[in-house]
Amino acid sequence: MNRRGQGGRINRGQPLRFTFDGRSYQGYDGDTLASALLANGVRLMGRSFKYHRPRGVITAGSEEPNALVELRRGARREPNTRATQVELFDGLEARSQNRFPSLAFDALGVNDRLSSVLGAGFYYKTFMWPAAFWETVYEPLIRRAAGLGRLAEAPDPDCYDKGTLFCDLLVIGAGPAGLAAALTAGRAGARVILADEDFEMGGRLLAERLSLGDARAEEWRAATLEELRGLTNVRLKTRTTVVGAYDNGVYGALERVTDHLAAPHPDLPRQIFWKIRSKRALVCTGATERPIAFGNNDRPGVMLAGALRAYANRWAVAADRTVAVFTNNDDGHRTAMDLMGQGADVGAVVDVREDAPRLGDYPLFAGAQVVDTAGRLGLKSITLRRADGSTEVVPCGALGVAGGWNPALALTCHQGGRPVWRPEIATFVPGETLPERQLVAGAAAGVFSTHGAVSTGVAATVAALDGLGIRTTPPDLPRAEDAPVNIRPFWHTGEGRGRSWLDLQNDVTVKDVALAHQEGFRSVEHLKRYTTLGMATDQGKLANLGALAVMAELTGKSIPETGTTTFRPPYTPVPIAALAGRSRGREFRPTRLTPGHDWAEAQGAVFVEAGPWLRAQYFPREGETHWRQSVDREALAVRSSVGICDVSTLGKVDVQGRGAAEYLDLLYANGMERLPVGKCRYGLMLREDGIVLDDGTVARLAEAHFVVTTTTANAACVYRHMEFVRQCLRPDLDVQLMPVTDAWAQVAVAGPNARKLLQRIVDPVFDISNDAFPFMACAAIRVCGGTPARLFRISFSGELAYEIAVPACYGNSLMQVLMDVGTDYEVTPYGTEALGVLRIEKGHATASELNGQTSATHLGMARMVSANKDCIGGVLSRRPALSEKGGFRLIGLEAIGTAELAAGSHLFEDGAEKTPAHDEGWTTSACYSPHLGKSIALGFFERGDVRWGEVVEVANPIEGASVRARVVSPHFIDPKGERLRG
Amino acid sequence: MRYSGLRLIKEALTGNKGWVPAWRDAAPQQSYDFVIVGGGGHGLATAHYLAKVYGRSRIAVLEKGYIGGGNVGRNTTIIRSNYLLPGNERFYEFSMKLWEGLEQDLNYNAMVSQRGIMNLFHSDGQRDAYRRRGNSMILHGAGAELLDRDAVRREAPFLDFDNARFPIKGALMQRRGGTARHDAVAWGYARAADSRGVDIIQNCEVTGFRIEQGVIRGVETTRGYIGAQTVGVAVAGASSKVMAAAGMRLPIESHVLQAFVTEGLKPVLPGVITFGAQHFYISQSDKGGLVFGGDIDGYNSYAARGNLPVIETVCEGGMAMLPMIGRARVLRIWGGIMDISMDGPPFIDRTHIDGLYFNGGWCYGGFKATPASGYAFAHLLATGQPHETATAFRLDRFRTGQAIDEAGAGPQPNLQ
Amino acid sequence: MLIPHPLLGLRDAAEFTYLGDAALIERPDWQGEGADEAFHDYVYLRDNPAGAHRELWFHEHGDRSWLVVTRDTRTHEILKVELASDVAFRREAGA
Repeated sequence: MNRRGQGGRINRGQPLRFTFDGRSYQGYDGDTLASALLANGVRLMGRSFKYHRPRGVITAGSEEPNALVELRRGARREPNTRATQVELFDGLEARSQNRFPSLAFDALGVNDRLSSVLGAGFYYKTFMWPAAFWETVYEPLIRRAAGLGRLAEAPDPDCYDKGTLFCDLLVIGAGPAGLAAALTAGRAGARVILADEDFEMGGRLLAERLSLGDARAEEWRAATLEELRGLTNVRLKTRTTVVGAYDNGVYGALERVTDHLAAPHPDLPRQIFWKIRSKRALVCTGATERPIAFGNNDRPGVMLAGALRAYANRWAVAADRTVAVFTNNDDGHRTAMDLMGQGADVGAVVDVREDAPRLGDYPLFAGAQVVDTAGRLGLKSITLRRADGSTEVVPCGALGVAGGWNPALALTCHQGGRPVWRPEIATFVPGETLPERQLVAGAAAGVFSTHGAVSTGVAATVAALDGLGIRTTPPDLPRAEDAPVNIRPFWHTGEGRGRSWLDLQNDVTVKDVALAHQEGFRSVEHLKRYTTLGMATDQGKLANLGALAVMAELTGKSIPETGTTTFRPPYTPVPIAALAGRSRGREFRPTRLTPGHDWAEAQGAVFVEAGPWLRAQYFPREGETHWRQSVDREALAVRSSVGICDVSTLGKVDVQGRGAAEYLDLLYANGMERLPVGKCRYGLMLREDGIVLDDGTVARLAEAHFVVTTTTANAACVYRHMEFVRQCLRPDLDVQLMPVTDAWAQVAVAGPNARKLLQRIVDPVFDISNDAFPFMACAAIRVCGGTPARLFRISFSGELAYEIAVPACYGNSLMQVLMDVGTDYEVTPYGTEALGVLRIEKGHATASELNGQTSATHLGMARMVSANKDCIGGVLSRRPALSEKGGFRLIGLEAIGTAELAAGSHLFEDGAEKTPAHDEGWTTSACYSPHLGKSIALGFFERGDVRWGEVVEVANPIEGASVRARVVSPHFIDPKGERLRG
Repeated sequence: MRYSGLRLIKEALTGNKGWVPAWRDAAPQQSYDFVIVGGGGHGLATAHYLAKVYGRSRIAVLEKGYIGGGNVGRNTTIIRSNYLLPGNERFYEFSMKLWEGLEQDLNYNAMVSQRGIMNLFHSDGQRDAYRRRGNSMILHGAGAELLDRDAVRREAPFLDFDNARFPIKGALMQRRGGTARHDAVAWGYARAADSRGVDIIQNCEVTGFRIEQGVIRGVETTRGYIGAQTVGVAVAGASSKVMAAAGMRLPIESHVLQAFVTEGLKPVLPGVITFGAQHFYISQSDKGGLVFGGDIDGYNSYAARGNLPVIETVCEGGMAMLPMIGRARVLRIWGGIMDISMDGPPFIDRTHIDGLYFNGGWCYGGFKATPASGYAFAHLLATGQPHETATAFRLDRFRTGQAIDEAGAGPQPNLQ
Repeated sequence: MLIPHPLLGLRDAAEFTYLGDAALIERPDWQGEGADEAFHDYVYLRDNPAGAHRELWFHEHGDRSWLVVTRDTRTHEILKVELASDVAFRREAGA
């Protein structure tokens, strides 16, 4: 055991059992998986991506590139989880990944032996011969070897939520800077959100032995948090990572609500993705330590010095009993002191600076470097080289590497901001161009002392709140260490026997950077893309600057001349499920039900998705075993007696005002201004480019009151277009629009007995006889003894037909009443399938024909586009390709024989070669016509209007079919329209 | 230098000292016969084919930053030729055929991987539209299959068949579709062009054109004036800005398209799959990351970054289609600036200025078009005539009403 | 992105539907000389500036007003917002 008997922020009263690769271990409440494994003497935690090198944990935070594990099992299996962020719980199961057969012996470790062949970008230079081998041989091998963890193979069973939060000040990170900032803003009464990715607030304070004011830092931290908890205007969010900065002060944040629990919570989502709308945001995200590259610097046990210190102070864990430190700055010596203070045996502090300070009684090697390490699955010793060139082997099980600290400035770069180089602290700090209304404080701004963190946190808060007009009284700042950064930039130890790793996960070495340089991949982006540097799950937080420095050395330029490190969201990876929230499965999108839905359901209707709607597709009766039987019956019933169909999904817009007629005249291609009161008219609506946008009916209920319908699919976009024309093109007209789709239940009543059926429910004062209420009449009436209704005599089926609308709440009742009063007519409810058959037989176009590529001329409706008035789309509809004589025309097709026509077939002259050059059209809709007893279709055919009677081949090669058919009028029934006027 | 497995071994044995730059870092000469503005995939491919197929020389590619830094390096790497309209399909099928021989042509492994692309459909109407499209593909020799629900289940059992808001009814499959390693495409073309003497000049931004009496004479750049007899512009994303310097207003808007990649995972997805209930497409890279995307953000932008609503919508589509990807974590989200044309397809055409040619307006389709775009543009620069597969991509097509509106969305770029 | 609606205050851009360049308000005269050319340019050609851009947004999930938003396309900073009907009225008055 590497755990001390006392100290640390763990609860020894609550031991927890867990397993790693099947072996059982014990840790404590307050542990992370990484700290608990280290405490149990486990250093080997993973394998690298390419060479499958043995790797151990190197950090104590979210930047961890090595210690990635698979957590949980079954559908909750979670790959690539950082052991450094996993809170230990009882029964936790973790497995190492990317190894076979075991972590200690990995067969693909052979890649490491081939590393001189498998250098940066090797795959671009080979695997090209023979060409067919790529998909069959090479790529499957590469794919199997690549990847990290295994995704669960079942739907994610957990619940994810989303929410929006509002605040004056969002403080990101709860280290000393963030705590001081939140306290300042909280006391001033501002609405504050303080978010931190850790499960405890405190940031670096948790990992250090410091004093603040007269007390230990811990006491200041506890007191500050207690005061913040008491402020109702402050919201504290632990386990919450702010992952992205978006426009106008919007931030995205991921809260891990139940990941620290063994089982899902019955009432809580697993995670919540928050959108935070902040008036100001303060980035207090601290800094990330960076490594130094030297020979075999990747062995388990080689860690960042600050992490070693964190494990010792926060978790009372020594990664090993004997440790060493390799540093280029003063902070490394603090690690040595803390480790000694915890009882570890510090075998060497190796400082590259000749004038290295000495803080305590440890073997100090000033002006020396660590050049190699030994230990196959874990560090056993380091080799150091003194200034005079002599070398020495120092046994140790852990090495802390202190290469300096980089501000965690990702959030300052998310809107294109570029960091700037600060030579005196040898790192990039946030530049001048920050996201709108964002400020930075503390180590994130390159201010590394505790005093600096607290004071800049307060100062930034004062400035931020001042901008909002909130007065602040800065709190008394506690005294704290204010040590300057003493650092000598040092990046790598140069050529040695072992390779020197920069990107640990993706296995990018100093040699790889040199190779990229040699081959001309010298810009930062080329370097990253060619070597995969910085593309691993840690996004280059550890590696990028070191690699940049190596490249700078090779090109002879300075680091800032060579490039900058910049970051894209998210700051740390976010599960796809969290970004999707509850919009999945059946809740992926809302389901709209028609006002007659319940009635249809009670009749046993089969429903179908129609855009956002569920519509009755057909109503099977007992004994019907195939949908066609039901549909044929329904369609024939309409033609022989009467059928009813719920058409409430049609878009409906009320148009009112003295200018309504003039407005509609502009909106529709055909004239509307002189439509008489009490009449309907078919309306053809074009886009401004002259293509048909939609069609529907326009009914004039009163001089200044119209109601228009749109197709189901286009309801939203047509309404938007109508408002555009009203507000942007004719603001002078007195017109108001109201979408009323949901307000009215609308039912088509169609068939020779339609009038007789309706007469039984229409209140007797309203005369709907053929004379009083002829084809295309409309009126506001009452039914069933006073229920308001609108009646339109329009026909989609070609039969005598009406559409009747009643307030939506009567939708189910209307269907039932029509059924009840018409038993002697055998009233037949019909669904969308029969509706489709009826309209194809009648030759009415719908979405299949009006697909956004069709002109009025294509439909044979060129004459409807009035040349005598202005209309949207009028001018451009007369362009040659949209109006030429020889173009496509809507036609009907009747199959010859019993074969079935399929929509989406292509049309060829009988016997023509099946090549694009001979392709003369296509079918848009097809069905079996029970009325005609054969398969029919609508389609577009070149010069189709003058080719009725020709026999064509309806080719459907994708299904291996070709059917001969005769070109006919698209109006298969009653072309003269006698039925609908009867 | 020829790349091969043998060369890799030989270099490994000699300390990898022999590798030379993949392309020279050329300095601009005073003048060229051909100047190609834009060192992206299309510009570099143009240079390659101009030199190799059309035998031209004295060619320079001018890039304002580093080559391959635009959309060729920021896309979801999908290649396919599954278009409906003839003007598109013959061009993209030509591109697919070039992809199929690309690596041998370039001696560079761009990892062209034909693992298939499957477009799911969820309604009879969508099925009919895909049938028409699939038939069109077959007529053009591109190949296509119409899969029913059971066949889709065999290909991708992990899709949501049981609990979906929009049940899967089938799919259009093009087995020749797939992915390619995007950066390698740019580098492969650069290396091949360089080997034929093309000067690839980085950090050289074109700031204006020198035009005399309606004839192009050369380009002004941040590295000085460069004379040219023929100038071809291929600067997708910045087309409007660059062509404004030649006095042109284009039927193009610039929009941001976000793309997503997850942490590396062991192989789970066989090929490319697209959703039919929302714009969403996904594949898995050879490194193991799930690569996916959806719609453009929908507003004009040159900011190369997007916002949360589209990110959320895209992930909703992913979860609706493939609920097993929930615990995969999104590692990077980036935005690229697209030229969105008014009908969807691009322009490869001459301009009103003699010797100045334009290639742009690629919308989402630029990456898969790279080889054919380069080939057709090279043909146009060399001969002054449009390539036979690119005759539809004229700048004046809207005057005659010959828009190639595959989506039927009308002249509104954010709907393309 | 957040849009300061002139009547409703700061609203999330997700409530809106985008159309494009506000020049679409300036629809040509169908009987004017060269109407074909004018409509072609009106429907198809765009300035597409990198910088301040006047553009139309529809408050679809809100009060259904069309807005003219002036926004910097390089930074997404919103510089000005007006009701499109006010802009269209002014155009008529000026015409």
